[in-house]
Amino acid sequence: MSVNSNAVLLLIMAAVLNGVPLLYGTLGEILSEKAGNLNLGVEGMMFMGGAMGLGAAFYFEGAGGTSGVLAVILALFFAFLGGAIGALIYSFLTITLRANQNVTGLALAIFGTGAGQFIGEYMRVTSGGYVAVSNNLKAVFLNSPFPAALQELPVVGPLLFGHSIFLYLGIVLTVGMHLFLNKSKAGLSLRAVGESPATADAAGVNVTRYKYLATVIGGGISAIGGMVYIMTIASCVWNHEALSGEGWLAVALVIFCLWRPLNAIWGSILFGALMILYQRLHLGFIPDELYKILPYVVTVIVLIFTSLRNSKDKQPPNSLGLPYFREER
Amino acid sequence: METVHAIELKHITKRFGKVVANDGIDLAIDRGEILSLLGENGSGKTTLMNMLSGIYLPDEGEILADGKPVTIRSPKDAFAHGIGMIHQHYKLVEVFTAAENIALGLKGKDHDRKAVAAQVQAISDKYGFGIDPNKKVYDMSVSEKQTVEIVKVLYRGAEILILDEPTAVLTPQETERLFDILRAMKADGKAIVIITHKLHEVMALSDKVAVLRKGKYIGTVNTCDTNPQKLTEMMVGHAVTLNIDRPQAKYKDLRLEVKGLNCRSGEGVSVLKDISFQAFGGEILGIAGIAGSGQKELLEAVAGLQKAESGHIFYYPPHPNSDIAGHHVPVDKAGEELVGKTPGQIRKVGVSLAFVPEDRLGMGLVGGMGMVDNMMLKTYKDTPGPLVDRKAPKALAEKLIDELEIVTPGVATPVRRLSGGNVQKVLVGREIASTPTVLMTAYPVRGLDINSSYTIYRLLNEQKMKGVAVLLVGEDLDVLLELCDRILVLCGGQVSGIVDGPAATKEQVGLLMTHVGGGKEAGSDA
Repeated sequence: MSVNSNAVLLLIMAAVLNGVPLLYGTLGEILSEKAGNLNLGVEGMMFMGGAMGLGAAFYFEGAGGTSGVLAVILALFFAFLGGAIGALIYSFLTITLRANQNVTGLALAIFGTGAGQFIGEYMRVTSGGYVAVSNNLKAVFLNSPFPAALQELPVVGPLLFGHSIFLYLGIVLTVGMHLFLNKSKAGLSLRAVGESPATADAAGVNVTRYKYLATVIGGGISAIGGMVYIMTIASCVWNHEALSGEGWLAVALVIFCLWRPLNAIWGSILFGALMILYQRLHLGFIPDELYKILPYVVTVIVLIFTSLRNSKDKQPPNSLGLPYFREER
Repeated sequence: METVHAIELKHITKRFGKVVANDGIDLAIDRGEILSLLGENGSGKTTLMNMLSGIYLPDEGEILADGKPVTIRSPKDAFAHGIGMIHQHYKLVEVFTAAENIALGLKGKDHDRKAVAAQVQAISDKYGFGIDPNKKVYDMSVSEKQTVEIVKVLYRGAEILILDEPTAVLTPQETERLFDILRAMKADGKAIVIITHKLHEVMALSDKVAVLRKGKYIGTVNTCDTNPQKLTEMMVGHAVTLNIDRPQAKYKDLRLEVKGLNCRSGEGVSVLKDISFQAFGGEILGIAGIAGSGQKELLEAVAGLQKAESGHIFYYPPHPNSDIAGHHVPVDKAGEELVGKTPGQIRKVGVSLAFVPEDRLGMGLVGGMGMVDNMMLKTYKDTPGPLVDRKAPKALAEKLIDELEIVTPGVATPVRRLSGGNVQKVLVGREIASTPTVLMTAYPVRGLDINSSYTIYRLLNEQKMKGVAVLLVGEDLDVLLELCDRILVLCGGQVSGIVDGPAATKEQVGLLMTHVGGGKEAGSDA
C-alpha cells in the first residue's frame, strides 16, 4: 500500500468519524421538517443529547456498571430523551400555541446549548474538574463492533468494517426512515402534513399528532448526534466548545440532502470530510477559517443549483415553517 | 310525502366571535337530487357545509343522517357518514400522485397501491373521468385536479357530495363535462349539493334551490318553479335588475396599441407570444382565457411590471386639459413607447392597474394597513417634503366608503379584516380615483356576490363613458359577453382571437380559449 493511498484511506476514515454525528442530526431534522416543522433548535438539542448521553455513561460506570452494551444503550436512551424534551417544548409552543417556528427554534438553540453546558459543567465540577469514563468503555463507543479478522482485510476491512457502531446504526436508521417516508401509509400521511396540513386534515389525518410525534422523535434522533460526537470524536470528555456549530451544519445538511434521508449518508460523510480538510490537507497560505466555511459554501451552491432547476420534487415541504389552525379562514 | 332525508339539518347555529355566520338553519338533502345552495358573500353557505364536512362544529342545532342524530367532529366522521366535500381551494398535495392523494389517510390492507389504482380505474370508467393515477398533481390542469378531488371523495364511498363553487375556474366545456358527471352521479342515487353564485348554472343543473341570506335560511324552491329573477330577490331581499348595461360611448379613440409583444417569465419560460391588439377609450376590452394563459403577464407588461423581451406598447395620450368624456380627441400619431419605462413613469402617464389576484390582498393593497394608508400608497410621492400628508387620502377614503357602500368599522381598520367584496371595492375605487385614461383590472368580481358585482360593473361602465380605455380580465364568460365591447381571447400566451362582444357566443369564446384561432389543438393535450 503506497503512502498516498494510505493517506486517502485515513482521510475517509476521519470523514466518516466526523460525518456520523451530522448524520443523526440531519436525519432527525429531516423527519421534523417533513412534518412541516422547521426546528432550528438542532444545535441546542445536540448539546442536551451530548451532555445527557455522556452523563448516562459516566454515572452508569460510577455506579459500578461494567456492561459496555448497556452503557451504549443508556447513552442512546438518555441522549434521545434530552433531545425529545427540547423538541417537546418546541412542539408545544409551535404546534399547540402556534408560536413562530423560527423564533422558537432559535430560542431552543440557545436554551439547549445552555442546558447542555449546565449539565456538562456540573458533571465536570462535581467530579473534580474532569469527566471521563474508563478506557474500556471509551473503546466500546469508539471501536468497530466487527471481529478483528474482518477489520484487518486490506483496504475494505477498515473502509467497510472499521467504524464505530453508530455509523451502522445510523445507516439502518436512514434506510428505515427512507422506507417509512416513501413506502408506508403513515409516511404518506406525514409528508402530506408537511406539504399541506389542510389537505391531510380533510383526509382524516390527525395533523397535531403527526406533527408532535415527528418533531419529538426527530429531536431525539438529532440529539443522539450530539452524544455520538462527545463519545467518539471528543473521546468521552465534556468540552464546552466541542459541539458548537454541529447543529447548524445539520440544518444546512438537510437542505443539501434535499430532504431525502438516503442523501444524508453520503452528504454527512462529505460534510465530515470538508470539516476536517484543514487538518488533513493543509495548505499553509489558506487560513483555517476559510476551510471551515466549506460546508456552508457547498450548501449555498446546492441551493443555487436546485432553485435554478426549479423542480417541484426538490423543494422544501410546502408548509414548512407555517402553523396550522383548522378554523382559520 | 314523509321520507327520511339523507341529511337533515335542524336549527344549526354557528358563531365566530360576535358574528353569527349561521342562524338557526334548517335544511334537507335527499338522494338522487341536486340541490343548489345559493346566497350572497358572507351569507354562510360555506360555513354551513363546512359543518357537514367536519371542519367546524355547530354551536347549536342537530344534524341527522338517515334520520339518526350524528355528531361530526372531524372530516373523518364526515366520511363515516358518507359525506364528502370538494372545497373551492383544492385540498391536494402537489408533489403527490393522484393515487397517493386518493389513498391519503386511509388505513387497512385494501388500500395498498395496487388496490387503489384498480378502484380508481373502476370509478373513472363508471362516470367517465379518465384520470391517470400516477400523474403528479403539479402536472395537472385545474380541471384534472378537480377530477382527482371528486374521485377522492367517491373512493371513500361518499354518498353525499358537496361542491363549493366548482365551476369558478373551469372553461365552459369543462363545466359542461362536470355537469354531465354530476348528472350521472345523481342518476346513481347520490345526493349532491352545489354552492354557487352563478344563477344560470343553478337553473341548468339543480332540482332544488335553497337560499341563504345573511346567515338565515330563506327557503327551498323547486328549480322548475322559479327563475333567476325570483331567486335573486330571495337572495338579496329586494328586487334587482339582472341585466348588465352596455352603454355605447360616443367616440372611441385609440389609446393603447400593443405590437408583437413577447415576454418571458423569471424561469425563462415564454409567457406572451407575439401579442398585438389595440384598446380604445370609451370601450371595455375583455380578456378571456383559461387560468394562467398569460392574462396576468399581459396586464403586468403594460403596467411595466413585467419586462418585455421584444415588441412595442404605444400609448396615445388624450389632449391635455380637455375632458375626454363625450369628445372626440384627435390621436397624436406619435404614440408614446411604454416598453422600457418604470411602473412609476407608466402610472404617471395615466395607465392604472387594479389587479385583484386570487388572494385579493397579494397585489395592490397592504393587508395590515388601514384604508387611508392604502390610498396613500400611490400618491405619497407626489407631495413635496419628507413628511406625508394624510388629509387628502383620508378624505378620499371617506368618499369611497360613502359612494361604494364599503362596510368597515373605520378608515383606520386594516383592510385585511374587511370582507372580500369590500376589499375589492377599496382597490377598484382607489384606482378609479386616480383618474386614469387606461384602467386595467383582473378578476374584479372574483368571489363577489351579485350586489357587489353589479356595483363594480357600474363603476367600470362609468369609467368607459368617461372615455377611459378599460381592460378587464375576467373568468365568468357570461359576464364578459354582456359587459365588454370586444373580447380578446388568450390561449397559451398567444392571442387566439378577438371577438365582438355583442355578437360572440359562449361556445365560440370557449373554443378559442382551448385552441388557438378556434381550430387546431394548442400546446397541451387534453
